[in-house]
Amino acid sequence: MKELSLNILDIVENSIKSGAKNINLEIEEENKKDFLIITVKDDGKGMDDEFVKIIFDPFTTTSTNKKVGLGLPLLREEAESCGGGIEIQSKKGKGTIVVVKFKHSHIDRPPMGDLASTILTIIATNPEINFSYVHKVNGKVFKLSTKEIREIVGDAAALRDVTILKWLGDYVRENIKTLYGGERSGKN
Amino acid sequence: MEKIKSIEELRKLREHARESLKVRSGEAKVKIMVSMGTVGIAAGARDALMAIISELEKRQFHDAQIVERGSLGLDKEEPVVAVERDNKTVFYGKVTPEMAREIVAQHVINGQIVSEWVIAKE
Ligand SMILES: Nc1ncnc2c1ncn2[C@@H]1O[C@H](COP(=O)(O)OP(=O)(O)O)[C@@H](O)[C@H]1O
Ligand SMILES: [Mg+2]
Repeated sequence: MKELSLNILDIVENSIKSGAKNINLEIEEENKKDFLIITVKDDGKGMDDEFVKIIFDPFTTTSTNKKVGLGLPLLREEAESCGGGIEIQSKKGKGTIVVVKFKHSHIDRPPMGDLASTILTIIATNPEINFSYVHKVNGKVFKLSTKEIREIVGDAAALRDVTILKWLGDYVRENIKTLYGGERSGKN
Repeated sequence: MEKIKSIEELRKLREHARESLKVRSGEAKVKIMVSMGTVGIAAGARDALMAIISELEKRQFHDAQIVERGSLGLDKEEPVVAVERDNKTVFYGKVTPEMAREIVAQHVINGQIVSEWVIAKE
């Protein structure tokens, strides 16, 4: 994908499809140590060991209306060609953890792109899921949890309201900008 | 420099939203579905969705519910957006953000199907 934030949306969509009620996204970036790590943890239906072994095969999918599942195989290729890799741990009936690593400065690493839109897409389409997002950039941290937001706005229905969504989108966008040091450099 | 928004501002917004939420405590009049599979995401489904939210907000239309659905198996038509209104579901293909805004203005709000972009009906 042309932005890492699109890959992030794609991994989180896997968690949503797995029936997760709780999804945690953590992104950690350190320029000095030169890494970018994306972790998505869910409490969805999980997979057994046999399934995890074949998960990077493009023909592995439980989707009923198509024959290929390209999300994870493509992401692995992307990460490995950028001095990183991907690891998946899963327990049937318990949940799944996906960890994707990149060398931050790798010339082929796609830019993060429009992460705020990815976060807002997840919230807008699944307001009842407990979704938490923690983003660390060189020691600075931004955190957001839809459980807390629901407590403020009352319920999940309010999270479907476009006025509230618009506000949240702007809020996340501003905070990500601050994380990256106020201005977005060409590649962050 | 503008002050960073505080999450507490949400409480006030919620009071505002309460009125419109009350109005549509039943089923929303319109359902908007965006397909969020890998192919859809790569083709621009996220940006179509952002344009939909932004246009609904701009026009202060609160009677629509946004949901996602898996891919329809119509890969070459992604991003696919479906609008369910008046007991009819209409599918639009290759939806750019500009098209998404037009679909909101014409179809979602005014009930006028944008025929030239329709790929299927149900
Ligand atoms: N978080 C998850 N929880 C449970 N199963 C998962 C998860 N992520 C991926 N899978 C399984 O792995 C398969 C392959 O995933 P992916 O490569 O993203 O393709 P797709 O989602 O299109 O099927 C999925 O169909 C699903 O069965
Ligand atoms: Mg997938």
